[in-house]
Amino acid sequence: MTLSVLKRLWPIIKKEFRHIRRDKRVLAVLTLVPAALLLLNGYALNFDVTHIRTAVVDHDKSATSRDFIQSFVSSGYFDHVKNLRTSYEATRLLDNGEVRLVIVVPSGFSEKLLARETVDVQLLVDGMDASAATTIVGYAQAMVLQYSQRIILQAMSKIGRGSYIPVNYEMRMWYNPELKSARFLVPGLIAFILAITCVIATSLSIVKEKERNTIEQINVSPIHALDFIVGKLIPYALISLVAAALVLLAAYFLFDVVIKGSVLLLFFATLLFITAALSIGLFVSTVSDSQQVAFQIAAIVSIAPTIILSGFIFPIRSMPWWLQVLSNITPAKFYLVILRSIVLKGAGLSAFWEQGVYLLLYTTLFLGISTLRSRKTVG
Amino acid sequence: MALHRIIALWKKEVGQLLKDRRLLPIAFVAPVIQLTFLGFAASLDVKNIPIVLCDLDKSAESRTLVSSFTNSGYFTLSYSTEDYGDIQRYLDNNMVTMALVIPPSYGEKILRREQATIQIILDGSEGNSAAITMGYVNQVVMRLSTNILTEYLGGKVPAGRVDGEVRAWYNPALKSRNFMVPGVLVLILLVTATVLTAMAIVKEKEVGTLEQIMVTPIRPLEFMLGKLVPYTIIGFGDICVVLMVMVFGFGIAIKGSIVLLLTISGLFLLTTLGIGLFVSTISKTQQQAMMTVIFFIVMPMMYISGFVFPIENMPQPLQVISLGIPMRYFLVAIRSIILKGVGLSTLWPQALILLAMGASILVASTLRFRKKLD
Repeated sequence: MTLSVLKRLWPIIKKEFRHIRRDKRVLAVLTLVPAALLLLNGYALNFDVTHIRTAVVDHDKSATSRDFIQSFVSSGYFDHVKNLRTSYEATRLLDNGEVRLVIVVPSGFSEKLLARETVDVQLLVDGMDASAATTIVGYAQAMVLQYSQRIILQAMSKIGRGSYIPVNYEMRMWYNPELKSARFLVPGLIAFILAITCVIATSLSIVKEKERNTIEQINVSPIHALDFIVGKLIPYALISLVAAALVLLAAYFLFDVVIKGSVLLLFFATLLFITAALSIGLFVSTVSDSQQVAFQIAAIVSIAPTIILSGFIFPIRSMPWWLQVLSNITPAKFYLVILRSIVLKGAGLSAFWEQGVYLLLYTTLFLGISTLRSRKTVG
Repeated sequence: MALHRIIALWKKEVGQLLKDRRLLPIAFVAPVIQLTFLGFAASLDVKNIPIVLCDLDKSAESRTLVSSFTNSGYFTLSYSTEDYGDIQRYLDNNMVTMALVIPPSYGEKILRREQATIQIILDGSEGNSAAITMGYVNQVVMRLSTNILTEYLGGKVPAGRVDGEVRAWYNPALKSRNFMVPGVLVLILLVTATVLTAMAIVKEKEVGTLEQIMVTPIRPLEFMLGKLVPYTIIGFGDICVVLMVMVFGFGIAIKGSIVLLLTISGLFLLTTLGIGLFVSTISKTQQQAMMTVIFFIVMPMMYISGFVFPIENMPQPLQVISLGIPMRYFLVAIRSIILKGVGLSTLWPQALILLAMGASILVASTLRFRKKLD
């Protein structure tokens, strides 16, 4: 039976492959660009904040205040670019983005410290980029705390008590010890690329036949509507698999990302996700009459959720609860959990069988809906 | 060039846009949906970090340590375990992102005035969150150390201390949403304007109507204007809709001048339309045009324009490339106008660069377009 199905599908698959092959750019996009994107990801996606441009308003102008500021500079995170006389000047510098941090040391800084009082140092940070600002605040607070600790320790040894730091911590970083962004992003990137190739490319290629009315020619031919659709989907599924493999290879050679878990599991999970994405693509094609519309709908239902809601870049945990619920509409969310578990953690099926089951249900549901719809619209 | 011919083309284009019942609603509804989702989801804030506690000491001192973590506001105690080997399970299954391990002799060591070492295990797979978490751990532990020292000295502090009083300008609560939403606006504008323009022109090629138009007296330049103007209007419509959602939906007020904002958006629109036109000259099918835009224009721009990832942290070559990306200047301008409220006196370089880029891209693609047709 399978053989006869394949025999029926073969001409359609061949036709679609020919279309794709003739279109060299689409083929190149589908296979090579993913690897190039990975390169960009690996180098550009870097949230580290170093060389924070810092201005200083030193109202105290004492050896102590200079020492305090020097502790910022010598940490390597802060670049002392400017000295200001008043806090007013800080406004202009922050406005045009010349500096990201202004440290205001109050007058009487050294005297108060000598008098064993607490001194407030103002840290004015450009909060526009909240994520970077959070990191900057973290570093600055750490510097201030360290300085406080240092003067306490100095004072202790002066009065003859042994100086020591009571609590120390030992940090262990699991799964991604060097905190390489590439490692975290590779799975997301695979999901993203698959979403684009499967959802958009398939929906556009089906709608194209509608637009040119070639679909009616096919309808009057002996080809069954379902065969036609399946035949059209298979080439894209194959190409997507190749693209996914290329990304993994590139990740291995460029960023030393090794698949820790089972490759076989990875293959089946990817196949499952591709089917899910194709079923969405099919659904999109049934609701749109032109490629422009198909693209827009596909962007809303697949690209946007894959980038935004899947946890690719933005952690799902930080989202409001209703979005966390809504994030379940994108199969990429579940595929990502599976991918990260396999690639980064080397976990087995027990760690993500729920996600697998969900993907399966999702695919069945969508495939069912769009088959029903396409029978109605195509047939 | 004849105006009446261009007007006839506009009529045709608008007619086509209206005929496609889905296109127009989608062109306006899609940005709103995208902005709403992105605005709420695009948060890089790291809060309520779930931790698993493995307290092997169970002393008053270890409890103080734990509460200094939970009271910091950064961490939430999700699970507790007495089995060190159990930690792996919690981290593997994404139940927590951090484990706090207190060794058996912790309390004793603190009382004996010796240094005690605790262990922190972090899930490093989300590099950014992990780095921020590290910073939080560092702060909590240092603060605790200082407190213990002060206590040890009987409250008689031998020295003063310095406190950092942080003031975040433009965005006091440090919500990443305020940074992301204007960025999303730019992204939406880029995608809609570029993709729709490119596809609209390629569609005529694909269906074969382009040749029919070219045998009429309509000149290529007129045809181009006829195509671009409707999409410029759609682009501006999108900006207005998205700005309204931003102001009323997200409560992010525009601190600067709206006129300036719209003017600079117009300049940016020039570059996106130009790019769309250019893509149409190198694409034969709509599928090709769409893929070219997404993969060769939108994705790289998203990465190296400073949309999410700070440009300063990129390697030198990428920083140089980003200088040639119009979106970079528009992002700076739009964020500064909305969040900082600065005016043209600060933003004139960005405006000038956008104007120059828009004009040159548009002229270059027009020339290419004409050559291709003639």
